[in-house]
Amino acid sequence: MKLPLAVLFAAMAFGAGAAHAKTFKWTSASDIPTWDIHSQNNALANGVHASVYESLVYYNSRTFKPEPMLATSWTQVSPTQLRVTLRTGVKFHDGSPFTADDAVFSLERAMSKTSNFTVYTQGVTKVVKVNPNTIDIISGGPNPVLVNQLTELRMMSKAWAEKNNSTAPKDIKTQDENFAHRNANGTGPFVLKEWQPDQKIVLVKNPNWWGKAEGNVTEIVYTPVRAVATRMAALLSGEVDFVLDPSPQDLPRIRQDGNLRVIDGVENRTIFFGMDQFRDELPGSNVKGKNPLKDQRVRKALYQAIDINAITRVSLRGLGQATGAIVAPQVAGWNESVHQRYPFDVAAAQKLLADAGYKDGFEVDFACPNNRYINDEAICQAVTAMWARVGVKAKLRTLPLSTYFPMIQRFEASIYMLGWGVPTFDALYSLQSLVRTLGTGGDGNYNVGRYSNPKLDAVIDRAKTETDPYIRPRLLTEALAMQNEDVAHIPLHNQIIPWAMKKNIDVVHRADNRLDWRLIKVN
Amino acid sequence: MFAFILRRLAQAVIVMVSVAFIAFMLFQYVGDPVVFLLGQDATADQVRELRAELGLDQPFFVQFWHFLANAVQGEFGLSLRQGAKVSRLIAERFPATLELSMVAAVLALVAGIPMGVYAALRRGTFMSQVFMTVSLLGVSLPTFLIGILLILLFAVTLGWFPSFGRGDVTQLGWWSTGLLTPKGWHHITLPAITLAIFQLTLIMRLVRSEMLEVLRTDYIKFARARGLTNRAVHFGHALKNTLVPVMTITGLQLGGLIAFAIITETVFQWPGMGLLFIQAVTFADIPVMAAYLCLIALIFVVINLIVDLLYFAVDPRLRVEKAGGH
Repeated sequence: MKLPLAVLFAAMAFGAGAAHAKTFKWTSASDIPTWDIHSQNNALANGVHASVYESLVYYNSRTFKPEPMLATSWTQVSPTQLRVTLRTGVKFHDGSPFTADDAVFSLERAMSKTSNFTVYTQGVTKVVKVNPNTIDIISGGPNPVLVNQLTELRMMSKAWAEKNNSTAPKDIKTQDENFAHRNANGTGPFVLKEWQPDQKIVLVKNPNWWGKAEGNVTEIVYTPVRAVATRMAALLSGEVDFVLDPSPQDLPRIRQDGNLRVIDGVENRTIFFGMDQFRDELPGSNVKGKNPLKDQRVRKALYQAIDINAITRVSLRGLGQATGAIVAPQVAGWNESVHQRYPFDVAAAQKLLADAGYKDGFEVDFACPNNRYINDEAICQAVTAMWARVGVKAKLRTLPLSTYFPMIQRFEASIYMLGWGVPTFDALYSLQSLVRTLGTGGDGNYNVGRYSNPKLDAVIDRAKTETDPYIRPRLLTEALAMQNEDVAHIPLHNQIIPWAMKKNIDVVHRADNRLDWRLIKVN
Repeated sequence: MFAFILRRLAQAVIVMVSVAFIAFMLFQYVGDPVVFLLGQDATADQVRELRAELGLDQPFFVQFWHFLANAVQGEFGLSLRQGAKVSRLIAERFPATLELSMVAAVLALVAGIPMGVYAALRRGTFMSQVFMTVSLLGVSLPTFLIGILLILLFAVTLGWFPSFGRGDVTQLGWWSTGLLTPKGWHHITLPAITLAIFQLTLIMRLVRSEMLEVLRTDYIKFARARGLTNRAVHFGHALKNTLVPVMTITGLQLGGLIAFAIITETVFQWPGMGLLFIQAVTFADIPVMAAYLCLIALIFVVINLIVDLLYFAVDPRLRVEKAGGH
């Protein structure tokens, strides 16, 4: 860490000297891969980076609407030009001021070739400095989710990056590490004091932060603990205050423990089944010459044969919210009507199968990950049994995520499980990746069942450029309803993410499974 | 002697190359690191491009050849997960693993030998029965379970020891040690016991049976006939001869301790090479896995070589045979 001593001393003095020094110790399974903010698009790291590096806008932790951070306001000058006014008087941890140059530099850094954040700069063609505290973001076409994208684009000091040879994000082609991989210099409420990869991250409060923290934490210590039993033991023995990913089977015990508590929140991630609707004959199936999954009645039968309440109650131990939509309630485009599921009805499912010509059911290949989503394997086993009741013999195979995802991306699964989070909180993100016919520019990039519906594509394509605040949500809802009508995918549930902590810890549960560092209270 | 070493070295090279080959072959099935590197939003073109840049699109034997050529120079490339040089990552982690293994080995010897001697000399007494029963548990209980039980008892219920991590470490040049601070010892206790238990019970049982064997031999009878004290007979004559096989086994097991520290390290979040390896497996971080396996193979090969040489030094019959050949 090369920070001016003054800042570090001030920060340490605050940590040690203040009458109410509060340390917040937390854990989860893995460490962040890097401190370089544009190097790897890793969910945990993005959340941790936000403590040190701030973005122009960020989602409010309670409402999930974008709110000003390093930008104070933004206006759409034209459909392709967003004018952003920057906050003045903000200083980086090394004492240098935050200006338009830094903002332009950071956004360009995120757009550069070695960045993994180009997904958040999609559509942006260039960034222009207007004056020392105003920038223009120019996009190739109208981009209704640009402001949402800005929430994941954090700001780095230009001068610092240039001085330390870190102007380009680190990637695997870069020989060894760059300076920004182990060191950090942002504008955020916390200063990176120490990082020992896979062992410990220590953050101390930034005494010169521009904002006002609601929380009272002066030091944050993160220690990744891989084995879940050890993680839970560390909480029970009081060595950590907070566990981001407690084990589901230990939750009842923790809920009953007088010194601990659990906060549940619906994660912005929907679990669903996809189906191969492209092949004319499914490998591994006893139906020859045709693909039963191409028939909407068959898909609906599989849907209605699933007793979702049994799954959320038993397989998930309550950690799931049944849904009929492929997006979670926080996402723009969601409403109560698309959330409604087709009812669980074995007789109806049998009738649909008989109508489709599969009175005696059929055999089909069924693949699930076994270490990606909450109790994924258990869910798939339960569903296999439920489908067996209507005569569909699903041949389940479960794989670890490192082999599962490449496998489904090679289109090898007939029925597969997938969970989809929505970082932009806008249904277009899901519709485009999951439902839109496979194409270019991210279209259908996870539509690995290769579902294709030209009418639905047309609605999705309109939503891509529609910026009108009244028409746009309606388009999204319409597309979600059409996906339900056609049973393009079988939605299951939105994951409920439990956070376990000591009784004296106060945090706000965010739908993106991140802590908001400004709001943590240690009582 | 020289020919003997040369022959051993040639065998060692063959072993190393085979390990590298098998490891490399297995990696074709652990999954695709590109998926992790690019995240869920990557386009097919980006994936293809990255595969080409990483050389993953080349035929198996070409990849293997590149790997070997680099490995010979001690160069294992960059970790895909952490973006740092693998050699650097391993060097950072090696001290933790070695310290843990050494403390465990010492613990196993210091506790195992006396317990074994006791069980042999006081055969049938209550305490030796207890030792034997406990050792049966130690041999049969899997390491992770022992670790979890120790955590449950000593960290959660009693709160005597921390449940994870290495505590404070002191940097001695590139070597980081936790053995110079009380906190470091505090942290190493539970993992070291966990790792030592299997070795401890093994050594104890070995010492006991060897000791019983030796006590039946003629020279012990002669020693007794000479009127030596029990103490001199047991510890001066019997134990010394008992220790020869014990040393061999301990030497060989040392490689095992280092290699099988994986589980203990995972349970206690001990920041050693084993934990690095496990994390690499979940990420399909091939360079790290390859380097780790090769290093472990190297450790085994070196230890075996040393043991072979020790035999040569210790066992006079080997030397006589060689001399007779001339």
